[in-house]
Amino acid sequence: MAPRIGVVTFPGSLDDRDAARAVRLAGGEPVALWHKDNSVAGVDAVVLPGGFSYGDYLRCGAISRFSPVMAAVIEGAQAGLPVLGICNGFQILCESGLLPGALTRNDNLHFVCRDQRLRIESVTTAWTSGYTAGQEIVVPLKNGEGGYVADERTLDELEAEGRVVARYLEVNPNGSRRDIAGISNAAGNVVGLMPHPEHAVEPLTGPTTDGLAFFTSVLTQLVRP
Amino acid sequence: MSVDTVKNAETTPEAVQPYAELGLKPDEYARIREILGRRPTSSELAMYSVMWSEHCSYKSSKVHLRQFGDKIPAEAADVLLVGIGENAGVVDVGQGYAVTFKVESHNHPSYVEPYQGAATGVGGIVRDILTMGARPVAVMDPLRFGPADAPDTRRVLPGIVGGIGGYGNCLGLPNIGGELVFDPSYLGNPLVNALCVGVMRHEDIKLAKAAGPGNLVVLFGAKTGGDGIGGVSVLASETFDADGPSKRPSVQVGDPFTEKLLIECCLEIFAADLVVGIQDLGGAGISCATSELASAGTGGMHVTLDQVPLRDASLSPEEILMSESQERMCAIVEPVHLDRFLEICAKWDVTVTVIGEVTSGDRLVIEWHGETIVDVPPRTVAHEGPVYERPYARPSWQNALQADAPTPERLARPSTPAELRDTLLRMVASPNLASKTWVTSQYDKYVQGNTVLAQPEDSGMVRIDEVTGLGIALATDGNGRFAKLDPYVGAQLALAEAYRNVAAGGARPLAVTNCLNFGSPEDPDVMWQFAEAVRGLADGCLELGVPVTGGNVSFYNQTGDLPILPTPVIGVLGVIDDVERRTPMAFGPVGETILLVGQTRDELAGSEWAHTVHGHLGGLPPMVDLSRERQLADILVAGSRDGMITAAHDVSDGGLAQTIVEMALRSGTGARIFLPDDLDPFVALFAESAGRAVVVVPRSEELRFTDMCVARYVPVARIGVVDGVGKDAVLDVQGLFSVDLADLNAAAEATLPALFG
Repeated sequence: MAPRIGVVTFPGSLDDRDAARAVRLAGGEPVALWHKDNSVAGVDAVVLPGGFSYGDYLRCGAISRFSPVMAAVIEGAQAGLPVLGICNGFQILCESGLLPGALTRNDNLHFVCRDQRLRIESVTTAWTSGYTAGQEIVVPLKNGEGGYVADERTLDELEAEGRVVARYLEVNPNGSRRDIAGISNAAGNVVGLMPHPEHAVEPLTGPTTDGLAFFTSVLTQLVRP
Repeated sequence: MSVDTVKNAETTPEAVQPYAELGLKPDEYARIREILGRRPTSSELAMYSVMWSEHCSYKSSKVHLRQFGDKIPAEAADVLLVGIGENAGVVDVGQGYAVTFKVESHNHPSYVEPYQGAATGVGGIVRDILTMGARPVAVMDPLRFGPADAPDTRRVLPGIVGGIGGYGNCLGLPNIGGELVFDPSYLGNPLVNALCVGVMRHEDIKLAKAAGPGNLVVLFGAKTGGDGIGGVSVLASETFDADGPSKRPSVQVGDPFTEKLLIECCLEIFAADLVVGIQDLGGAGISCATSELASAGTGGMHVTLDQVPLRDASLSPEEILMSESQERMCAIVEPVHLDRFLEICAKWDVTVTVIGEVTSGDRLVIEWHGETIVDVPPRTVAHEGPVYERPYARPSWQNALQADAPTPERLARPSTPAELRDTLLRMVASPNLASKTWVTSQYDKYVQGNTVLAQPEDSGMVRIDEVTGLGIALATDGNGRFAKLDPYVGAQLALAEAYRNVAAGGARPLAVTNCLNFGSPEDPDVMWQFAEAVRGLADGCLELGVPVTGGNVSFYNQTGDLPILPTPVIGVLGVIDDVERRTPMAFGPVGETILLVGQTRDELAGSEWAHTVHGHLGGLPPMVDLSRERQLADILVAGSRDGMITAAHDVSDGGLAQTIVEMALRSGTGARIFLPDDLDPFVALFAESAGRAVVVVPRSEELRFTDMCVARYVPVARIGVVDGVGKDAVLDVQGLFSVDLADLNAAAEATLPALFG
C-alpha cells in the first residue's frame, strides 16, 4: 500500500491541491487534512502547503500555528513524523517553533514569482534523500515574505549541523541570510522550504520536474523497513 | 434618526430631493416619480440613482450593444450555453465542461487609489465568474498608462500592479497574461481592465434570479461597511476634474482572504446544489443584487434591511443600500436547504444572514425597523432604466488624421544597416515592447498547477482536465492608436489579434468578451468612435464565427475635454483538446526552419515605430482581412494538432523584428534571418500588417506545412533558420546586420526596472 501523506488545508491555503498532486505523481496517497482536525489521521508524513493562511494577517503563519491540527503535527514531528512546510508552511513551522528563525518581507518589497536555481546542500533529511549532495535544481519561487532571518549564532549552528537544506544560486530573490532557501530540524524529519517543489513535477506545467524528488524521497524512506 | 418612509413620501410630495447630486438628470427624476406615482423615498432615490448610473444601466451604450445580439454567428448555437445579460456568458468547451469568462474595467477607482482600486477590480470580476457556478481558474490584466517616464505613471503603476498581485495571488488564481501599454492619452486616466475565467460542469451553471415565493434571500460574506458608497455613480460616471473634491472615500477596500473563503464556501454550496439563484454584490451593492434577482425571477421580494450585518452600526439605510463593501454574495435558498447552507458557511467562517424572502407579488419591498422604506417594481430599477440615443458624428478632424500618413517623405525611415540595427535596439527597449517581467514577476502564474502557457506567450493556457488534457486559452488585445485612426477597423484588428494569439498557441478560438474603454458619451466625436468600434466588433465576430458572450463598457475616460484613445480591449477564448499539443513561442532546436505566414505591406500608420521614433499618429491602420485571419488560424491549429509546428508567434506590435527577437529571447537561441528580396528591409522588419505569424517547423515537416498554406492560398515564405545557442547566440539579419542575443536581452530587460525600481 502506498504511504499516506497528509496535506493540511488552512483557511487561505492555496497550493494544497498542488501538493496533493505532487504526492500522487510521486506514488503516494494524498490525504486531505483540515485545520480544525484534532489529529493527523494516522498519515505517514505531512505537507503544510503554500498560500496566505488567514490572509497573512498579524504575521505569516502566526494564526495557523494555533490551529487544532497543528497540535497534532507538532506532537508527531517531535516523535519523528516527516513534515515538509512549503512557503507559508515554512512560515508556520517557524512560528510553531519546529524550526528556528523567521521569514520576513522580501528585501525589494515586491512579491516575486520566478524560476529559481537552488543547490541542495543536505541530502540526509527525510525530504531530500533522493537528491545528490550539491545537486542544482530549478523550481518556482513565489513569495512576498520569504527573507529567511535568524541570529548569527543560529545561522552558524544550522551551517555547522548541516541543516541548511537548500541555498539560492545566481540570485538571492528575497534577501535571505546566507542565501538560505530551506532548513531542517536537528533530526532531519522536519524541513521548511521557501521555493515550491510541488510546482515542478510535470514538464507541461513546471519549468522542470526537479521538485518531484522531495516527494519521492519521503516515500522511499517510508517504504524502507 | 428620522428615516424617510414610503408613508412619509406619500404625505410630503413637495420635499426637495438631491437627485442631481446623486447623478440623476431632471427628466430621470421625473420618470421615477411617474413610475412610483409619488416622490421616491430617500432609499428609493439612492437605489435608482446607482442602478440608473451609466456604469450599471449602460444607458448610452445599450442601443449599440444590441448588435452583439442581432449579429450572432451560426456557430453560436453550438457554443453558447448562457449568452449576454447574465453576470458572464458561458461557453461549451466539450467533455461536459463549461467555461465562463469576462473582462471588466476598474479605471477610475484605480486612478484615485491605485492599490485598492486595482485589487477590488480583480475581486469583482472573480465574483462575477464565481456567481455563474464556476471555479475561477485564472486571471489576466490588460493595463494602459500615460508615458512610462511621467511622474503620475510612477505614482499609479506600481500600486496598480501591486494591487492586482496582492489580491490575485492571495486568491490562488494564476495570472496568465495581459497587456501593458503606454500612451500619453492615458496619463490622467489609466485603464485597469481585469479578466477572469472559470470552469464548471454543464449541470452546475447558476443564474441570477429569485424564483419561488417563500424561498429565502440569504446574504453572506463580509459585513457591510461604509466603503465605496456611491462608488458607482460618483466614480464611474463622472469625469475627473482637476478642481474637484477628493473622491477617495468612494473607493472600495478589498480583503482577498475573505474572498478566498467565500470562493471555497460557494463552491461547496454549489456542489451540494443548495441555491435557486445567486448574485454577487459589486457596483451598487444590495440595491443591485436585490433588484436584479427579483427582476429576473418571480418579481417579488421582501427584504428586512436592518438584518444586514454591519461593520459600522451608524450606517443609514440609504448607505447600506448603496455600500459597495467587497466580498459579499446574495443567494436564493429553499427553506429546506437553509440548515445545510448555514453549516457550510460555518465551516468556512463565513458570516451569513437571512435578510428576506421571495414573494408572489411584483414589488421589491424593503423594510427598516418595521417601516417600509422601499416599495418599487424591481424591473424599473434593474432592467428598465433610461436608454439614450446619444448624438454622434464622424469627427471633423478624422479625415485630416487619416490623410497624415507616415510616408517616407514625411517620416524619415532608417535605410543603412547601421540605422536598421539602431532602430531595432531602440524599439526592443521602448516601454511598449520591452520585457514585462518587472510586472509579471509580481504575479503568481504557477498556483493551481495547471498553467501551460503564460505571459510573454501569445495566450495564457490552462489545463482543465488532468486526465484528458482538455485545456483553454485566452488572449486579450487592443490597439488604441489603430482605433483612433479608424475605430471600425481598429476594433476588428484587436479582435483579429486576440483570435490569432489564441490560435498561435494551438487552441481553436470559440468566443469573445470585451471591455470598451472610451471617453465621454456626451461628446459626439467619442460616441461616433464607440458606435463604429461596436459595429466593427459585431461584424468581425460574425465573420470569424465567434459570438460575443458579454462584456463591459467604461465611459468618461478622459481628463477635462481630452478623451483617451478609443480603446476596445477584446478577449478571445479558445479550446484545445490536448494541452500537450500546445505551441510555445520559443525557438526549437538549431537547424529548424523559420517561416513567415501571411503578407507584409507598407503599413506603418499607428505602428510602434511611428510612435516610438517619431511620436507620430496618422494615416490609415493596417488592412484587416478576416477571412484570411480565419485561414491562418486554421493553419496554426492544424499545425499544432498534427505535430508539424515547434513554435509559433504572432506578428503585431513592432512588426516581424520584434516577433523574431521575442522568440529568440524566450529560447536563448539565435537565428539567421534572410529578408525577402522584393521588400524594403525596413518595411519587412517593422511594418505591422495583420494576419501574420512566424512559425518554426522541423526540416522534415517544412514541405507538408507549406503545402497546407498554399492549399489555403495563404502566402508563406522561408525567412530563416534557428541557429546558435548559449553565450554566442546571435540574431543575424543576413546581408544587413547582426546583434548579440545578450545585447538584445539587456536592452529588453533594463527598461521597466530602470523606470519603476
